[in-house]
Amino acid sequence: MAASFSTAIIVGASSGLGEAMVRKLAKEGTRVAAVARRASELDRIAAECGANVRVYPHEVRDYDATPALFDRIVADLGGCDLVVYNAGVMPRVEESEYDFHKDREMIEINLLGAMCWLDLAAAHMEAQRRGTICGISSVAGDRGRRGNPAYHTSKAGLTTFMEALRNRVSRYGVNVVTVKPGPVDTPMTKGLKLPLMIGVDEAADGALALMRAGTAEGYVPAIWGPIMWVIRNVPSVVFRRTNI
Amino acid sequence: MRPLALAPRRVFDGYGFAVRGVSPYVRPRSAEEVASIFARATAEGISVGMRGSGRSYGDAALNSAGIVMDMTGFDKVLSFDAEHGVAEVEPGVTISQLWRHALPHGYWPSVVSGTMAPTLGGCAAMNVHGKNHFKVGGTGDSILEADLATPAGELLRVSRTENADLFHGAVAGFGMLGTFTRLKLKLKKIHSGTMRVRQIPVGNLAEQFAVFEQEEAGADYLVSWVDCIRGGSGLGRGQIHVAHYLKEGEDADPKRTLDPTRQDLPPHILGVPRSLVPVVLKMFNTRHGMGLLNLGKYLAARFGPKGAYLQGHTAFAFLLDYVPNFRSVYEPGGFIQYQPFVPKEAAPQVFGEILRRTQAAGLPSFLGVMKRHRPDAFLLSHALDGYSFAMDYPVTASNRADLWKLCAVLSDLVVEAGGRFYPAKDLTLRPTDFRRAWGQERIARFQSLRRRADPSGVLQTDWARRVGVDEA
Repeated sequence: MAASFSTAIIVGASSGLGEAMVRKLAKEGTRVAAVARRASELDRIAAECGANVRVYPHEVRDYDATPALFDRIVADLGGCDLVVYNAGVMPRVEESEYDFHKDREMIEINLLGAMCWLDLAAAHMEAQRRGTICGISSVAGDRGRRGNPAYHTSKAGLTTFMEALRNRVSRYGVNVVTVKPGPVDTPMTKGLKLPLMIGVDEAADGALALMRAGTAEGYVPAIWGPIMWVIRNVPSVVFRRTNI
Repeated sequence: MRPLALAPRRVFDGYGFAVRGVSPYVRPRSAEEVASIFARATAEGISVGMRGSGRSYGDAALNSAGIVMDMTGFDKVLSFDAEHGVAEVEPGVTISQLWRHALPHGYWPSVVSGTMAPTLGGCAAMNVHGKNHFKVGGTGDSILEADLATPAGELLRVSRTENADLFHGAVAGFGMLGTFTRLKLKLKKIHSGTMRVRQIPVGNLAEQFAVFEQEEAGADYLVSWVDCIRGGSGLGRGQIHVAHYLKEGEDADPKRTLDPTRQDLPPHILGVPRSLVPVVLKMFNTRHGMGLLNLGKYLAARFGPKGAYLQGHTAFAFLLDYVPNFRSVYEPGGFIQYQPFVPKEAAPQVFGEILRRTQAAGLPSFLGVMKRHRPDAFLLSHALDGYSFAMDYPVTASNRADLWKLCAVLSDLVVEAGGRFYPAKDLTLRPTDFRRAWGQERIARFQSLRRRADPSGVLQTDWARRVGVDEA
C-alpha cells in the first residue's frame, strides 16, 4: 500500500514544484513545514493552505543555521516522516560564458544545501528506523551537456549523493527517493524552449507518487526513462557533436 | 571554532537497540579539552552527555537534546604498579585493556561486568558490579582515587579522604557531577589464570536462595541463571555457578595460565562457531524456543557431569562476549534489561511475584540472572544488602506498550519492598520510581552537589531527564 505522510518538510517551497507539493500534501492532511528564502511568498501559501502549513524562512546557503532549524521543525511538527529537498537554481549561462560565481551558486544551493538538509534527515530517520527522504534532481544530472556545466554537475552530484544515502540507510527501513523531472513549467524555466514541458501540478503528482511508492529513482513524466536511457548511452565522441 | 551544536552528528543507540538518539558529538583526549568543552557548553547553553563504549542498555549514554562527549579517546593505561596491583588509567580504558595489561603480572580487575567492553570511566559513573559484588562491592569500591573535571571549571582530586562528598556522589552519579579524567584502581592478586567452578542445579526459587545463603560465605563469585518461562512447582529453577580463586601453589604452572593469549574465548559453543551463534539463537528466539533452551540447560546441569572444573577468568566472567554482537538476536525491535535490586528479606517473595506476574502477562523473560549484593557508601548507588534479578525482554512494535506497563507494575513491587534499580540497564523507570527508590533525602544531597559541581546543569542524559534527576 502506498504510504501517506503525517508530517513533511519541503525545502524550496515558495514557488514551482515545491509550492505545488506543499499544497497537495496539506490538502491530504499532512502537517507540512514549508522552507524557503522568500518569506512573503511563504506567507501567501500559508494563508491559502490553512493550519496544516507552517512556514520557515531560510536561506539554504546558511548551512550553520540548518541543524537548529531542522530540530525546531521536527519539534514543531511532532516528528518527521518525509523530507523533500527541492531548492534549486539555474542561472542562464551564455554561449562562451564562464562564470565561476554562477557555478558556485548552483553547487551551493542545488547540492551543498541538499547535503546539509538530507544528512540531518538521514540521521533522524536512521534513528527512528523509518521515513522517506527525497531529493528533486533532474534529467539534467544524467549527462554533462554543453549548455550549463555546473547545473548538470550539481544534479549529477545530487543523484549520486542520493544513491549513496540510500545505500547507507535503506537497511534501517528508510526510503530514499530520487526524482528526476524533465522540464517543468516553473519560474526557473521561464522563457526557455524545452521539450516535453509539463505543468507543476502534473510534476508534483508524479513526484509524490514516487515518494509514496518508495521508488529509488524515477523520472517525471515516466517517458523520460527510455529517452534518458538512449541519451546516457550515446558515445561521448558522438554526444559532443550534438546540440542536445 | 564552530559551536558545539554544529559538531558532526551521529546516531547513537542504547545497547539494547530499543532506543536511539541523534546528537552532535565531540571526542576530547585531554583534561584541558574537557574543560574547554564544558566552558563552551556553558557559554552556548547546550548540554553534554557522556558516553564510553555505549554498553548501557537503555538511554543512560544518550543525550538527544544536546551533545554527546565520547570518552573513548582517553584510552591510555598511565601506570601499573605490579608490586601493589595499582593501575592508573584514563577513563576510556576498557575492562578488556585492563585485564590484558594486568594478567601477566598476576592481577585481575577486582570488579568486571559480564562483558569486557565497557570503559572504566563508564563503570565508575554507573558503579558497575560483577558476580562478586556480595564479596568486594562494585567498581567504586575498587577506586583508590580519581581526578574529576567539573563543568564549574575545577579539576579535583577525589577519594575517600579528599573531596569525599564529590567522590561518593560522582561514583554511581551517572556522569552528572563531572568527568573522570584519571582513575586509580586497586586490582586483585591472583595465583592462576583459572578458577575452580562448580555448577549447582536448583529446582525452584526457594532452592536458589538456600544455595546462595549456603555458598556466599566461602565463594569468590556467585551467579545464578533462572528459567523465567517455567512456572508451577519449578518456578525459578535454574543453575548456580560458584567460583573460587586458586590459592598460591594450587596452579602448577601459573605463568602459562596467566598468559593473556590463553584466555581467549572458545571458538565454538556447543559445536557452533561463535560467529554463527547469533543466527542459531535467533531461530530459538521465541517463547517456545527459549523454553526449550532453558529446559536443555537445566537438564544438562541436573544430569550432566558433576564436580568442580577449572575455567579461565575470561571464560567465566565475560559470558556476554561469547556471542559476538548478541544483541543482533533481538533486532529489529531490540530488547530491554530490567534489573531490580531487592533487600534480602523481601527478595524471595518479590522475585517470585515478578516471575508469576510476567508469566501471567504472557511476557516472560527469555533469560534471567540472579546475583547477591552488598551495600556501599556511594550516594546514588544501586547497591544494597540483597539480591538482583536481571531479565531480558525482547521489544516489538506490538508488545512495547504492554511491556512498559508491566515494568511499571514490577517497579511498584520493587520500591514497596525497599528496592533499587540499575541506571546502566534501565529504560522504563518513571520519575516516581527514581524518587521512591533512592529517597528524597539522598536525591536532595545529590542535587546540592550538582549545584556546586555543575551549576548550569550542563551534564545531562536522556536517562536523567526521563527520571527527573534535577527535579525538586
